[in-house]
Amino acid sequence: MDWINSIVQGVLLGGLYAMIAAGLSLIFGVMRLVNIAHGDLIILAAYLGLTVATALGLYPLVALLIIVPVMAAIGYVLQRVVLNNTLSDDILPPLLVTFGLSVIIQNALLEIYSADPQKMDAGALGTASANIGGISVGLLPLLMFATAVVVIAGLQFVFYRTALGRAFRAVSDNQDVAQLMGLNKRHVYGLAMALSLAVVAIAGIFLGMRTSFDPSIGGGRLIFGFEAVIIGGLGNLWGTLIGGVILGVAQNIGAQINPGWQVLAGHVVFLVILAFRPRGLFPRMTG
Amino acid sequence: MKSSQTHTVLRSSQASRRAALVGIVILIVLAAAPLWAGRADMRLMSEIFLYLALASLWNLLAGYAGLVSVGQQAFVGFGGYLLFALTIFGGLHPLLAIGVASLFGAAMSVPVAALIFRLRGAYFAIGTWVVAEVFRLTFAQISALGGGSGSSLPVKIVKSVASSRTMREWTSYWLALGLVVLVLVVVYLFLRSRKGLALTAIRDNELAAGSLGIDIWRTQFLVYVVTAGLTTMTGGLIFLQKLRISPDAAFSVNDWTAFVIFIVVIGGIGTIEGPIIGTLVYFALREFLADLGTIYLIVLGIVAILIMLKAPKGLWGLIRERWGLELFPLSHRVETNTPRKDQNG
Repeated sequence: MDWINSIVQGVLLGGLYAMIAAGLSLIFGVMRLVNIAHGDLIILAAYLGLTVATALGLYPLVALLIIVPVMAAIGYVLQRVVLNNTLSDDILPPLLVTFGLSVIIQNALLEIYSADPQKMDAGALGTASANIGGISVGLLPLLMFATAVVVIAGLQFVFYRTALGRAFRAVSDNQDVAQLMGLNKRHVYGLAMALSLAVVAIAGIFLGMRTSFDPSIGGGRLIFGFEAVIIGGLGNLWGTLIGGVILGVAQNIGAQINPGWQVLAGHVVFLVILAFRPRGLFPRMTG
Repeated sequence: MKSSQTHTVLRSSQASRRAALVGIVILIVLAAAPLWAGRADMRLMSEIFLYLALASLWNLLAGYAGLVSVGQQAFVGFGGYLLFALTIFGGLHPLLAIGVASLFGAAMSVPVAALIFRLRGAYFAIGTWVVAEVFRLTFAQISALGGGSGSSLPVKIVKSVASSRTMREWTSYWLALGLVVLVLVVVYLFLRSRKGLALTAIRDNELAAGSLGIDIWRTQFLVYVVTAGLTTMTGGLIFLQKLRISPDAAFSVNDWTAFVIFIVVIGGIGTIEGPIIGTLVYFALREFLADLGTIYLIVLGIVAILIMLKAPKGLWGLIRERWGLELFPLSHRVETNTPRKDQNG
């Protein structure tokens, strides 16, 4: 029963990883940018959520109404002011600039909030659980997983059914032709980053309600998101959900065997998949 | 063949020949540091040498071979842990252990490269980070080496380097100096060789280089393995100085990768001179701003981003553009010979 339980918990945890991965996958798909600061932005969102929830006395999930637009705005400005200037055939500038951003965000959070671990008060939802077939499933992880499914379905809808998604796909396919057709690619990239950071905001709040966090853990979250992207296959949003679930299950099974193996087990599964299916399980595009 | 006689292709210049002379003088002065420097100065200089070694190696990897790794801490930590393991359990002399460790590091990098070379560009970067995390988490599981809390190098082994404390400090200073000279010479000779030319071609245009018959995978693979071996050696020396190791310190992404990247970017990526300038600037900044703690890191990050955006070739790039200097002669220049009338009438 312990094993089934840890697998179920792993699946639900995979929802969080899928949300982290979806934001990463989205901007890579649109502008071939890998944002090294992605994990630190998630932690930033968690701290912003904590501050807003404490200052206004709001429930963390209600604080999302403020944090999502704020993070989206940060994303748009960041893209227009900084990151658009790094995009070229050379992969070095975006990589090094987002790496610098990661160090800046991490140390700014350290300066403001100190290294003490924080956690958002999830109230009754944090402890409530439902009994499904003899397994006790926490309502918060369940809600988190459901949110991940909705977020990915939403992104899928935006990408393939809306004018904005058409613009995303157009600049992704050929930026020069898209530009000639009247799309302002700098604006489109800004919107893509805004959407990515809106998803980051949701992931950050759920992360902060589920576990404690401190400024140093951003890099680790980036790695989990990245592993979910590669396991699922580049450019496949539903694939990232499956990638996240595989990673979550691997980590929980590892932890079941030996608590020290939790994160290691996830990395090992990732490396094994990289060895045998280098393009991931369900690839849609080439890196 | 008349046209070839009216022009000569040159590599060295007056500046580079002078730089070589000045370099030799500086090297002699540095080697004689025990005569003129205090204990604290020598410690600081050793640290500068070790960082310069890491920066030059990362520069070779990212600036020349296009392999942007954010996971070189894997090999720094591996070198440190192998030093501890080989001396404590293998009974090797520490210096021999560091040599053996660098071979292990190079050997270890072969399967690692086979795996992560499947990832391209930025995903390669994060892949290297995953590998470093696997190393960190694995060494944290080895209880014989202190597990997550780490361990210290036993006094007996420390004393086997040299019996007196002064002599030990001199030895580790000379080792650091020797290492950085070795690294600079290897990087310089590598870049001057045929393989180095191939690297430059790959960096400038991968497609064109490939179509000219350069085996891109093999060239990058060779650079990765050589860099891994020398980075492991550097790691061994770093922890021979620290005498204490823990997984978090050994595989720290900030200490062994973030700072190194900032050094190279500020100094000028893709030049041999860049890391040297960058290391000096970095340590000067550190001496002045270290009291600021985390603010210092924020400043460093902002400086690196501004340089990447406004002057992507770094400080050395600016100097080179202004004065056309090249201290390590790598490029070729064509000079017109003065016509000599006595030849062939």
